[in-house]
Amino acid sequence: MPEANNSVVVENLVKRFGDFVAVDRLSIEIRKGEVFGFLGPNGAGKSTTIRMLCGLLRPTSGHALVAGYDVARKPEAVRQNIGYMSQKFSLYNDLKVIENIRLFAGLYSVPAKELQGRIEWVLAMANLKGQENLITGTLPGGWKQRLALGCAVLHKPPIIFLDEPTSGVDPISRRQFWDLIHQMAEEGVTVFVTTHYMEEAEYCNRLALIFRGKMVALGTPSELKRDSMKGELLLVECEPLGGAVEALQSASEVMDAAVFGNALHLVVPDAVAAMPRIEKYLADRSIDVSHIEKIRPTLEDVFVSLTTARDAAEERKP
Amino acid sequence: MTEQLQSAIAPAIKAEGLSKSFPGVCAVDALSFDVRAGEIFGLVGPDGAGKTTTLRILAGIMPPDAGKATVAGFDVARDPEGAKHALSYMPQRFGLYEDLTVDENIRFYADLFGVHKAERNARSTQLLEAAGMSEFRKRLAGKLSGGMKQKLGLVCALIHRPKVILLDEPTTGVDPVSRRDFWRILYELIAEGVAILTSTAYLDEAERCHRVALLHQGKLLFCDTPANLKAGLGKGVLSVTSQDPRTLRSLLEDADGISSLVMTGDGLHVVVDDATRRIPEFEARLKSADAHYDAIQQVAPTIEDLFVDAVGGGGPSHA
Repeated sequence: MPEANNSVVVENLVKRFGDFVAVDRLSIEIRKGEVFGFLGPNGAGKSTTIRMLCGLLRPTSGHALVAGYDVARKPEAVRQNIGYMSQKFSLYNDLKVIENIRLFAGLYSVPAKELQGRIEWVLAMANLKGQENLITGTLPGGWKQRLALGCAVLHKPPIIFLDEPTSGVDPISRRQFWDLIHQMAEEGVTVFVTTHYMEEAEYCNRLALIFRGKMVALGTPSELKRDSMKGELLLVECEPLGGAVEALQSASEVMDAAVFGNALHLVVPDAVAAMPRIEKYLADRSIDVSHIEKIRPTLEDVFVSLTTARDAAEERKP
Repeated sequence: MTEQLQSAIAPAIKAEGLSKSFPGVCAVDALSFDVRAGEIFGLVGPDGAGKTTTLRILAGIMPPDAGKATVAGFDVARDPEGAKHALSYMPQRFGLYEDLTVDENIRFYADLFGVHKAERNARSTQLLEAAGMSEFRKRLAGKLSGGMKQKLGLVCALIHRPKVILLDEPTTGVDPVSRRDFWRILYELIAEGVAILTSTAYLDEAERCHRVALLHQGKLLFCDTPANLKAGLGKGVLSVTSQDPRTLRSLLEDADGISSLVMTGDGLHVVVDDATRRIPEFEARLKSADAHYDAIQQVAPTIEDLFVDAVGGGGPSHA
């Protein structure tokens, strides 16, 4: 097994469908025990990448090693070494908890002599001891999530792929779920997460943002918030809001203006310097500013800023 | 006449003590709130909080077990047909015809609502432009991206200029860029004086609403503006950034004053009783253990902090 410290190594990975380049020379290295987030808008090439990494789709060119196996040459070995869990379809709702576990153990060919031990392990991990005979469909969302995770790791894969694992789950169950994920990572399992959900992205050690098949940003959540945003953010409370958005369209330093409930979020090159100027600009147009402050960007702000900047750059191309 | 008069003064949506149970579960429990014209009101909560049931009751599709709801002045239980003329309801899976084009779908809904051709053309041009979809009029609905489908659903739902709009998780599964487009359309609509009630399971999306009702297991936790809600937490929120959050957690989790502590990908998110007092205490604790961290900063509370604080089960979390 080459690259023992990296469980996923992607080099210049390309996937073309006819003329369409879905994944364009993507390179990533993911360390063993890392929780890695993969973000991007719909159609950015996320699913295509995951399908290649799971050994389900052959790359057009480039290489990807997952758990030490080449996805093009050893797709079956790759599939035996990964677990996959999606919020949407993992479990059979009309089966009992224990029946779902047995079913997945069969699918993943868990050896008979290990089976009982693995079942015990999953029940303990998912905190479902004593609930084995409940019908899965009747479990609360957070329990189902943990059961789905348990079923995805019955065969002790070194890498698990999670697709929006906690969307729609209540925040307390979500926190418990991510505690479990971090515990597994601590034990050396590599976790590859895809999501649109910025609350989930915050739980990743590193994030890659992919857009039109290319990687446009890579870093820890705080690095991305600090370094990747084009400009800084101002929150402005003013009256009337609609008039303010219109007026700010022609303010030269405002790169973007968006309504957020009763306030505006402005993207400007330098927030502190812009504050008095924005206030005056609006006052000159009879718009009364009641509050203005510099705010920290969220991951969503970074995401939108990076993808729209790319869009604008593409449009300027001849 | 009286009904028209009523709709002019009354809130656009008024829910009073709504309750609805299904076998084994109380989906909505004595829920009261109102939505004014020109307001975007959010029903915010996780799956199973009662959002869809509430919207169905308001849309006149499902009668409540108890309580009363009026939409545009019409009692939805007694006069569901009247209410249905004044409102538009967009369920989670809006019925688009995938083998019809964007234009044909719009035309179908316009005919269904009895919208005349001239009005339909003017309205659809305006809405498609706002949705950034003008160049996709001839595309089959089945060939649109997820975000575009949601926007087309909204265009169809708005073609007859409803006064009240009920949206059930319109942005679920939609990427952040399309989500922003979607909200831009909603903000443009309220300028026309409509009332919008939208639900979301993304707690951070609450920030985009004028007022929100935070729901949990059918019950109303809070109802206010996002700013007031966050100000009302009455606790400080700290963000600790570090490449080694596990070590930091073990060092800080038994410190005094913590009501909730979560490990994120590159740090800790900690809710404390008093931020100014606890920051130096935490810094001293980390320094004496020689632990590496980048910064401890006070940050604005999130709606999630508020939810966790209200529902309980905060505490330093262990699986």
